[in-house]
Amino acid sequence: MITNAAPIVTRRMGYEDSHKLSRYLETGGYDGFKKALTMSREDVADQVNRASLLGRGGAGFPAGRKWSMLRSATTSYLVINGDESEPATFKDHLLVERDPHQIIEGALICAYAIGASQIFIFCRGEFALGLERLQQACNEAYEIGAIGKSIFGSSFSIDLVIHPGAGAYICGEETALLESLEGKRGFPRIKPPFFPAVQGLYGAPTVVNNIETMSNLPWIVLNGGDAFAALGEGSSTGTRLFALSGRVNRPGWYELEMSKTTFRDLIFDPTLGAGVKEGRALKAFIPGGVSAPWFGPGELDLGLDQDAVGKAGSMLGSGSVVVMDESTCVVRAAWRITRFFSRESCGQCTPCREGGGWLEQILRRIEEGKGRETDLDLLMDVCDNLAPGLTWPPQQTTICVLGPSIPSSIASSIRMFRDEYHAHIREGRCPMGSR
Amino acid sequence: MTELDMSTQETPVTVSVTIDGNVVQARPGELIIEVAERAGVFIPRFCYHPRMEPVGVCRMCLVEVSGPRGFSLQPSCYLHVAEGQEVITNSPKARKAQEGVLEFLLVNHPLDCPVCDKGGECPLQDQTMAHGPGETRFIEQKRHWPKPIDIGPLVSLDRERCIQCARCTRFASEVAGEALIDFAFRSSEIEVAPFALEPFSSYFAGNTVQICPVGALTAPPYRFKSRPWDLEQAESTCEGCAVGCRTVAQSSAGALVRYLGVDVDGVNQSWLCDKGRYGFEAVHASNRLSLPLLNRGEELEESTWHDALLAVSDSVQEALREYGPSSIAFIGGARLTNEDAFAFAKLAKAVIGTDSVDAQLGDGLPAELVLGLPRATINEAVKAKVVIVLNQDLREELPVLFLRLRRSVVEKSTAVIDCSSVTTSLSKYATSVRYVPGDLARVVALISGESNVDALGLDQDQIELAKMRLSAAGLGDGGEGLVIVCGRGDLGESASIVASAAATLHRLFPKARFLSALRRANVHGALDMGLAPGMLPGRVTFEERSDALVRAWGPMPAERGSDAIGTLEAAAQGKIKVLFTLGADVLSDVPDRDLAKRALAKVPTVIAIATHHDSTTSAATVVLPVAGEGERSGTVTNIEGRVAPTTQKIVPPGVSWPAWMVAAEIARKIGSDLGFESLFEISEEIAALAPAYHGVNLGLANSDARREGVVVPVGPVAIDIRSRPLDPIATPGISSVEEQGAPIRLGKTARATLAGDAGLESSGGLQRLVRALGAAPLVVAPRADSYTYRLSIRRTLYDQGTLVQSSSSLAPLRAPFALRVHPQELARLGVKDGEELMIRTSRLAIRVNVIADADLARQVVVLGARAEEAGTFGAFDLIDAQELVVDVRLESI
Repeated sequence: MITNAAPIVTRRMGYEDSHKLSRYLETGGYDGFKKALTMSREDVADQVNRASLLGRGGAGFPAGRKWSMLRSATTSYLVINGDESEPATFKDHLLVERDPHQIIEGALICAYAIGASQIFIFCRGEFALGLERLQQACNEAYEIGAIGKSIFGSSFSIDLVIHPGAGAYICGEETALLESLEGKRGFPRIKPPFFPAVQGLYGAPTVVNNIETMSNLPWIVLNGGDAFAALGEGSSTGTRLFALSGRVNRPGWYELEMSKTTFRDLIFDPTLGAGVKEGRALKAFIPGGVSAPWFGPGELDLGLDQDAVGKAGSMLGSGSVVVMDESTCVVRAAWRITRFFSRESCGQCTPCREGGGWLEQILRRIEEGKGRETDLDLLMDVCDNLAPGLTWPPQQTTICVLGPSIPSSIASSIRMFRDEYHAHIREGRCPMGSR
Repeated sequence: MTELDMSTQETPVTVSVTIDGNVVQARPGELIIEVAERAGVFIPRFCYHPRMEPVGVCRMCLVEVSGPRGFSLQPSCYLHVAEGQEVITNSPKARKAQEGVLEFLLVNHPLDCPVCDKGGECPLQDQTMAHGPGETRFIEQKRHWPKPIDIGPLVSLDRERCIQCARCTRFASEVAGEALIDFAFRSSEIEVAPFALEPFSSYFAGNTVQICPVGALTAPPYRFKSRPWDLEQAESTCEGCAVGCRTVAQSSAGALVRYLGVDVDGVNQSWLCDKGRYGFEAVHASNRLSLPLLNRGEELEESTWHDALLAVSDSVQEALREYGPSSIAFIGGARLTNEDAFAFAKLAKAVIGTDSVDAQLGDGLPAELVLGLPRATINEAVKAKVVIVLNQDLREELPVLFLRLRRSVVEKSTAVIDCSSVTTSLSKYATSVRYVPGDLARVVALISGESNVDALGLDQDQIELAKMRLSAAGLGDGGEGLVIVCGRGDLGESASIVASAAATLHRLFPKARFLSALRRANVHGALDMGLAPGMLPGRVTFEERSDALVRAWGPMPAERGSDAIGTLEAAAQGKIKVLFTLGADVLSDVPDRDLAKRALAKVPTVIAIATHHDSTTSAATVVLPVAGEGERSGTVTNIEGRVAPTTQKIVPPGVSWPAWMVAAEIARKIGSDLGFESLFEISEEIAALAPAYHGVNLGLANSDARREGVVVPVGPVAIDIRSRPLDPIATPGISSVEEQGAPIRLGKTARATLAGDAGLESSGGLQRLVRALGAAPLVVAPRADSYTYRLSIRRTLYDQGTLVQSSSSLAPLRAPFALRVHPQELARLGVKDGEELMIRTSRLAIRVNVIADADLARQVVVLGARAEEAGTFGAFDLIDAQELVVDVRLESI
C-alpha cells in the first residue's frame, strides 16, 4: 500500500535550488536546531528515542540507543558517515547534493543532544559536486552563526569539519572510517572494544551516524518524536529513502513510509518503479544493498520493514533495491557483486582478502563456461569458511562484516538458481547469452 | 605481551578458564593463546608474536569461545581470558575455521618451497602439515609479482610469498620506532612496502627477516646460502657490542652463515641489531690471520708458532733482564673471552710482573669507576622511574639497549633525561639538556639540585625542566629508582669529565644504579678479569687481594701500572720495550692517533695478538693469530655484569689458537706456568679466585643459566632462572635446526647453590675510589672563545672498525665522512652545505666536507669517530688525550 505520508528528508527536492541556504531558510531551515537549542539535551535525545529512529546506514541500529551508549568523557566526537560507495546505493549521494544544510542541521542537533566536542562529516571523495555543496553549506552555516562559537546566541559552541574520503569502500565501515579520519590506513579495528561509543575517534567516545539518519533529525525535533513514530509500523518507524535500480521502468529514489509499503508496491506501482522493463517477469531482487541475500518473487509482498525482511533471511540494509528480470544471468550478477567486494577488501585479514578473490575467480570461470561440477559445492564451502554456517545474520571469521557479506549473493543465488549454475557448467557457456 | 608484563610479576588474582575441557588458572589480562599454550594446547598462529601487541589479523588462531550469546569463533591471540570462559580449540567448527584460513593463506602463496630459503623451517609449511587441508582446491592463477625487490640495504621482499601477518610492519613501528614499512594497496593486491623516498634502512631491519613466518623477507647475506636441514647451530652470545644479546650461530659446511636472536627476557628479548646479526661475515673475511707472522728485519713473513713464540719469549726475557717488568705493557683485551682475559691478566701480573695492562684504549672510563659504581641490570633500567643518559646515542653504540629503553619509555612512560651535546635517538622521547662538550659534570650537578654550581652558558630552561622531571619522578630515598647510563658517547669530551659527572651523581643519589655504556664486546669481562691497572680478577683492587690469590699467583707487581694512554706516553718516551696488543688496533682505535703513532714507532717489539690484519698488525714485530667469535668457547660479561657463554661453532682458520693458549704458551716459553691446561680449569680458577665471579664457572654458564646467563656477583639468594622454551613460530629458524656445537663438560658447581641479584655491592676499595672521585671538584672544561668550535666526536654503528669493514654486507653502509655544522655558522664562514672547509687544531689542519645540521648548538661541530678515509686524517688525529675537550677553528678554503 502506498501511503500519502509527506516526505521528510526529500521534502525540498522539488526545488531546483534546494541545496542553497536561501531556499533552506525559506523552507524552515535551522528551525529544528533553533528549537533544539531551547530544549534540554536530554529532551532532544528523548524525542529521538520516542521517534525510534533506526540508523539508516545499513545495520539499522536505533539512533537513540546508540547515543545513550556514549561513554561520558570530557571529549567526545560526532562523526557523520557519508562514505556511501556501494553499487546500487545512492540515497546519501542525493541528500549530500540536494540538501546539504539538512545534514548539517541534523548533525548539529545530534551534537547538541550528545554533548559532542566536534563534528566530522566523512564524505565519499568521489562526490565532487556534493562535496562542493556540502562544504559551501558548511561555510554558510558558519556565516549565519549556526556553527561555531555561541551558536545563535546560546552557550552551545561546536566546530564541523568535512573530510573527503580517499576512495576506499571499506572506509564506510565505521571503525575503518575512524582510522582513516585519524590519518591512518583504512583498516577496520578489531573488536573489542565493540563500539566507537566506548572508544572511537582518537580513543574518545564517538557516535558514528549515517547522513540520512541525520537528515531526519530537524523534522523530528520540529514535529516531535511521536509524529515520526506514528509513521510506519512496529520498530520500523518514519519514512525511508529507497534507491531502486536494475531492470525497472522507473529507477530512482523514493521516500516511502516504512512497513506499510511493500516491495511489490515499490517495484510495480506506476508512480514508483512502474514494473519490470519490457514487461519481462521478475526473477529476483536484492532487498537492501548488494551485501544482502537475494529474494525471489515469493517475497514481493513483504513490507519495507526491517524486522520482516530480517525474519525472511535478508536485510533492508542500505535501502537499495535491485531488480533482476528473467533475462538477467544470476551467475554474472553474483560475480559482479563478488568482484566489487573482493576488490574493496581492505586486505587486512585473511578470509576476506583471499576468500573474496578466490570466489570471484570461480564465479568468473563458471560464467565464462569453464566451470566444473564440483564448483558449486566448493563455492558454498568457501562461503562457509567466510561466514560459518551460512546463517542469517551471518557469523564471521573476519574482523569486520565485509567478509561475511560476500557469501550473501553467492549462497542465496545458488540456493535459488542452482539449475542455472548447472546449465553454465553443463553447456560450457552462459545460457543467458551474456558474455 | 609487551615489555611490561613479560617479566611476570606475580599477581595474586587469577581467573579460571576451561580450555578443551580442562580448567586452567590464568592471570587477568593474559591472552587465550598464551594460557592455552601453558596448558599444553598449541593453537596455530602467524601474526601473534609474544613480544609484540596482538592484532588478530591472520585469523589462524580462531577458536570457539563462550560469550553472552553462546559460542563464537574468536581470535585467541587477541582475546583476554575472563572468569568462567570456555574455550574449545578442536571442535569441528574451530578446526574447519583453522583449515579454512590455512587454505585461504595458500590461495596466493606460491608453492616455491624447493627454492625458498624458508623451506624446512617455515611456520606456514609446518602448520599446513599440522592443521591444514591435505589437498588444494584452488585451480586459479595465483597473483604474480616480480621476485624479490630490495626494500632496504639488507632486506629483500618477495611479495608473492607474503601472508600479510603485519609482524614486520609492527616490529618497525612498535619495537624499533621506525615506521619505514607499511601496507600499500588493498585486497589480495595488498603488499608491504617502504615509502617512496625512503628505503627500509634500519639498524634493526634483520629482525623483520627473522620473524617473517614465510620466506617473504630475506636477507641478502643469507639468501641461497644454505638449507635449514644442512645447518648446525650453537647458542652463543653476540660479540658485536657489550649488550651481549643471546644468539644462535648457525653454520653450514664449516662456515658461519646466519645468526638469529634468541629470546632472553633480561637482555635482547629475541631482537638483534644488524651489526650483531651480520657481523659474523668478518669471521670469514679475506683479511683474517691464519698463520703466525714474524718480522726479522724488513717485513712480516709467515712463520710458525715455534719461531714466533721464541721471538716473543726472547724479547720479553730481554726486556725483563735489561729494563724490568714495567718496560712491558699490554693494551687491549675487550674482544677476548673472560677466560682468555684471565689468562693474559695472569701472564702480565703474575708471570711477567707488569701492571701496565688496559683493556680499554683511552676511549673508555676509569676502570675503578666502571667496576665500583652500583650496577643496574637492563631490566632495572627499563623499569626505572627515571633514566639519565649521559651524552650517549645508544642506538649507535648499544642498539638493543636502545630498543629496550625506547619501548619502555613509549609504553610505560619511564622518564628519560638525555644530557647530550647533540640530538640523540632518544631525544624525542626524553627531556633533553643540550650542552657544549666539557660541561657534562656541571649539567648533572645542576639538574640534581646542587647549588653553588656555575650555570653560566647553560640552557636554564632545559635544566629547570630536567630538574623538575627528576624531582617529580617520585624517586625513593637516596635516588632509588634512578638509573644512569654512562659511557663515552662523545670522544671529544674526556673520560675525566664523564667520570666526574657519574661520581657526582653517585654522591648525590647513593641508591641510584648505573648501567655502563662502554661498547666493546667483552670490555666489562676483561676489566673484571683484571685487565686494568691496579685491578685484580673479580673487581678487587691490588690492596684487596686475597690470600688465596697470592698463593695462586705469587707476588704482585711492585708498582701500579699505567692505563693505555699512560702506556703509550711512556712508549713514546722510549720506556716501553715490549708492547702486547690484545685484539686491539692501537693505531686506529686509540683516540689520539698522533700519540699512538709516536708510541708504536718507539717500541722495539710489538706483539699483536689478533684475528684480522689491521694497521697495528702491519706495524708489529710478531703477529699471533687467534680464534675469534664463533671459533672458541668461553664466557663473556655484558654491560650488566651478566656472564653468558659464547660458543665455538666452527674451527678457526689456519693454525689460529684460542687466545688463552697463546698466553699459556708464552708463560711456558719464559719459564713459568699459568697452571691450567683447559678452558675449564681457567674457569674453575676464576670461580675460585675472582670474588665477583665466585662460583660462576663454565659449568654454570652452560647449565640451567645457559640462556639467561648469570649476573655477577651472585648473592646468597637462589637465582630464579626462567628458561622459557623457544616458540618456533615466534622465532622461526631456531628450533628447526639441529643443535650441535661444542657443549662444554659440566663442572662440579654446575647447578650451584647460587645467586640472586642481592650482591650487587662493589668492593670497599672500589667504593672508596668512586667516593673520592665524587668528592673531588667537578671537572669542567674551560670556556672557549667565540671563534672556537668544540668538537663532538661520535660513533656510528657502522663505522670504520675492523668488524664492520670486514663484513661485506655492512662495510658499504658506513656513514659518510663529514663535519656537521650549524647552517648559520656555515653562512658565517661562507661555506655551503656539502662543500669542504679546513678544520684546524693546535696540531694540524685537515680538509673535510660539511653537512649543515640545524639541530646542533652553534658552538658545537660533530665528526664521526674513526670515519677517516684510508690513508687520510680523521677525527682521532684531532684528539689530544691530555685535553679535556677538542677545540677547533674552522676556516673556509
